[in-house]
Amino acid sequence: MRALLFSKWAKACVFVLCLVPFLALVERALHGRLGANPVEFLQHATGDWTLRFLVFTLSITPLRKLLHLPELIRFRRMFGLFAFFYVCLHFFTYIGPDQSFHLAGMWQDVAKRRFITVGFLGFVLLIPLALTSTAGWIRRLGGKRWQALHRAVYVSAVCGVIHYYWLVKSDVRKPLFYGALVVILLLWRLGDWLIKRGKQAPVPVAAARVS
Amino acid sequence: MLIRRKAELTYADVTPKSVYFNRRQILRAMGIAGAAVAGGKILSSLAFPAQHVLATSKLTGLAKSPFSTTEKLTSYDDVTHYNNFYEFGTDKGDPAKKSQNFRTSPWSVSVEGEVAKPRKFTMDEILKLAPLEERIYRHRCVERWSIVVPWIGFSFSTLAKLVEPTSKAQYVAFQTLYDPSQMPEAKYGGIDFPYVEGLRLDEAMHPLTLLCVGMYGETLPNQDGAPVRMVVPWKYGYKSIKSLVKIRFQQKEPPTTWNRYSSDEYGFYSNVNPKVDHPRWSQASERRLGDIFRRDTLMFNGYGDQVASLYNGMDLKQYH
Repeated sequence: MRALLFSKWAKACVFVLCLVPFLALVERALHGRLGANPVEFLQHATGDWTLRFLVFTLSITPLRKLLHLPELIRFRRMFGLFAFFYVCLHFFTYIGPDQSFHLAGMWQDVAKRRFITVGFLGFVLLIPLALTSTAGWIRRLGGKRWQALHRAVYVSAVCGVIHYYWLVKSDVRKPLFYGALVVILLLWRLGDWLIKRGKQAPVPVAAARVS
Repeated sequence: MLIRRKAELTYADVTPKSVYFNRRQILRAMGIAGAAVAGGKILSSLAFPAQHVLATSKLTGLAKSPFSTTEKLTSYDDVTHYNNFYEFGTDKGDPAKKSQNFRTSPWSVSVEGEVAKPRKFTMDEILKLAPLEERIYRHRCVERWSIVVPWIGFSFSTLAKLVEPTSKAQYVAFQTLYDPSQMPEAKYGGIDFPYVEGLRLDEAMHPLTLLCVGMYGETLPNQDGAPVRMVVPWKYGYKSIKSLVKIRFQQKEPPTTWNRYSSDEYGFYSNVNPKVDHPRWSQASERRLGDIFRRDTLMFNGYGDQVASLYNGMDLKQYH
């Protein structure tokens, strides 16, 4: 397992796998198999895959610790960037066929419709994260600051789930499913943080006693 | 009011279903032949969804209607594979897949309430109440998609007059069949069943309001509301209740399913109105199935000349 994760082919394989949903959509589009409402089909598919990749990205840290597989970190940036890739496609299906590329109409929509507002916020938050995803930017910002910035992905994922929840009419099973995954992944982080703080807290006391 | 003409060309004459399905089979056969040549194509031809066999039968002798639009019809495939019928699942593709074993025969519609002659109509009786007309209507869903459908039926008022509504009848309540054993998906829908709808009496008696038994030259497929449904073309689609089993004339405004679910989002009237937005999305535009870009939504879905007078003096934002 470990050797597999370390192998130089692992990353290439995962990259290709991440492209499969996109290629499947292209294949469907070429064969006219996007259903009665192709634009909606593309919007739903790209929205779904954005949420899935956000969940994959957020799963990396808990899985690294739970499975004792720190090597999984190799895939985090790729998953995050694929979430960004799919959200960009999602955004283009909205600004294009829905808004006919009229920015004014888009701004009106963003300002007026809370489901668009929250979705747009989730999208915009991912832009700086995608831009600063390189090693150079980690160095430039410094690890601490970079990490703080990239916590914006938590907000983005929550925005994505709310966006979906507010979109559906009455059957909320799928938005709740994604919501539950995101909540579990964020709660795990909260728990992890509380445990760490609990462990660290006695240190100054012990240090004081020694001196 | 109705200009009756002898049946001329109707949808069924233009595109016989056998030809339509043959064409699909030929296309599919070509797909399979191609796969034999190029192995890579096997996957894609397997992925072609099998066309569901629709247990419909042909309706003949249809009169044309002056209410019909001349706009391009939405394809039969789209109208039968992109449906909202929550009793059979909430995905647009669910009703086509999951309603195929829905039993629509025997069927009867009970008409009751404030009427002089309450009675039950069997499906055979309904089909013989009046000459069948083909009416090509625009149909606008609250979700901002629209279709153009050649419905078959006759004005609801024909049936209403037979039962003689009394002076107390101010509203008409409609109910869809609810049979959980045939509709196991309904429990996930998030809305209450049986599905109920309602119209003010003058809306129900308007000649545009159609008691519908078919479309595209045939009886209704299950997913489109077999065997009998309402079609109220100037209102959002959910007002056009499907698989009708009960009609009740009454004094009070009846509860309606989507209004009960969320009253600020779905009003009792639910007239198509580009100026009154759904709280979560604009209703100013719509996507006609088959189109990529949106088009402007018309007031009363383009039926303002016929129905606007029903709402004289009403605040259509308050009574949305």
